[in-house]
Amino acid sequence: MIRLLKMSTFFLLLLLAWELVYRMHLYSPVLFPSPLSVGQSILDGFADGSLPEGIYITLRRLLLGYLISLGIGIPLGLLLARFQLLRDTLGALTMGLQNLPSICWVPLAILWIGQNEEAILFVVIMGALGSVIMSTQAGVQSVSPIYVRAARTMGSQGVHTYVRVIIPASLPTIVTGMKIGWSFAWRSLMAGEMILFTLGVSGLGHILDMGRELMDMPRVMGVMLVIIAIGLITDKALFGRWEALIHERWGTSKA
Amino acid sequence: MGSTIKRELLTNEAPPKLMVDRVTKFFHSKVGRIQALDDISLSLKEGEFVCLVGPSGCGKSTLLNIIAGLEKPDSGVILVDGKVVTEPGMDRGMLFQESALFPWLNVLGNVLFGLKLKPNLTSAERREVAEFYLQLVHLEQFKQAHVHELSGGMKQRVALARALAPNPRILLMDEPFTALDAMTREQLYTDIQEIWEKRRKTIVFVTHNVREACCLGDRVILFSPRPGRICDEFQIDLKRPRDINEVELARYATQVTQALKSHMLNRSEVGL
Repeated sequence: MIRLLKMSTFFLLLLLAWELVYRMHLYSPVLFPSPLSVGQSILDGFADGSLPEGIYITLRRLLLGYLISLGIGIPLGLLLARFQLLRDTLGALTMGLQNLPSICWVPLAILWIGQNEEAILFVVIMGALGSVIMSTQAGVQSVSPIYVRAARTMGSQGVHTYVRVIIPASLPTIVTGMKIGWSFAWRSLMAGEMILFTLGVSGLGHILDMGRELMDMPRVMGVMLVIIAIGLITDKALFGRWEALIHERWGTSKA
Repeated sequence: MGSTIKRELLTNEAPPKLMVDRVTKFFHSKVGRIQALDDISLSLKEGEFVCLVGPSGCGKSTLLNIIAGLEKPDSGVILVDGKVVTEPGMDRGMLFQESALFPWLNVLGNVLFGLKLKPNLTSAERREVAEFYLQLVHLEQFKQAHVHELSGGMKQRVALARALAPNPRILLMDEPFTALDAMTREQLYTDIQEIWEKRRKTIVFVTHNVREACCLGDRVILFSPRPGRICDEFQIDLKRPRDINEVELARYATQVTQALKSHMLNRSEVGL
């Protein structure tokens, strides 16, 4: 409770300082709008429907791309953990591609796939996939062999050991990887949406970039705030329960 | 036909429950081939409690793993009821130095793990059996607890219940009490003797604690290291339940310790 109070006080002071700097007219109000006008811009965005639509489009792309990444990444990670040959080949490739910031996929996506939804999805998947694969593999490989031995003495073998012991034992690492994958997907999507416009549908990234073109600073800042809020909320909503469950079972402390 | 075979079986001495027959095991390491076990033969009657004692690195844990079916011998065989052991099986339960409890399951879930692999049981029966064994180790009120909430001794008790639940005839224990404090350990000596008495298991218990071995075992078998060999054997003729602090027991322990020392000494003189 007290922590919450301190936190809200801090943010309130930040807003106040912002308003104060604005009122001192140190910078042009065009480039440095007041927090009130930013808030107004967000409200306007909701009123004219552009923001809800943008949020919907963005979240839909994010979820779709992310789910595809999980669908490919988790099985691949499991396979990589199992086969040395795959680690030496596909694993090394994944590791190399991890060094490429996902925005660098955008030009290739435009030329290969075109100015369309699929290209954006491609960028999101390429951004998230690597960390999902790598952490799934790491999670499985770091499972303490004692669990497997204990399970085997109780008659567990083959697929049963895999599903009932190895996967649950590696869950903490896999969930961490899913979380990193989620934030990579989110960043990749914003990069994609700001560069790659598709006709008639504007995600949040596009709305943000339109703000720049129109020199509409309140809109730029407003959309940035909305993006932050969505990032925070989705992270909590998606992983909060999982993490709490893992902390409870494993007895690890809450971060 | 059938009745004559039966009579023959009855007139003979009971066949060994567990037989270790000329088992040899090598390990390959950076310094070369190391012989962990050299021609080990051992025979346990049904319901016998045998302790394997020796300094660390004498291969006693390796032997236990081979009996469990977790490792394969380079030569020789393990026979349970006359059948060759090739892989782990539900007829042999095992307890490790660390409890090896699964943190993603609660206490009851851990005890149910092996039971769920037994066919022909309803889930109500499985639950009943699991609760029975939790009661046997005095932890029935902790069945919903998470693993990390338990103390070291409680964890080992749950691990014991988990190993007992599928009702194996043979229980293999690999230094299960080493990581516990003395007080907890003494309580567990009492518990394990009580459970052994009640459930009549054949137990192979590995330890480097001579006193512990004399407290628990009907027989204490002495191992010497590099390569692991059986070098001596002691019959412990004390009534049960035994207390680790008994004077008689201490006398046995002294005898075993002296034997252990003399074997070690002989070997170092030979330059091994």
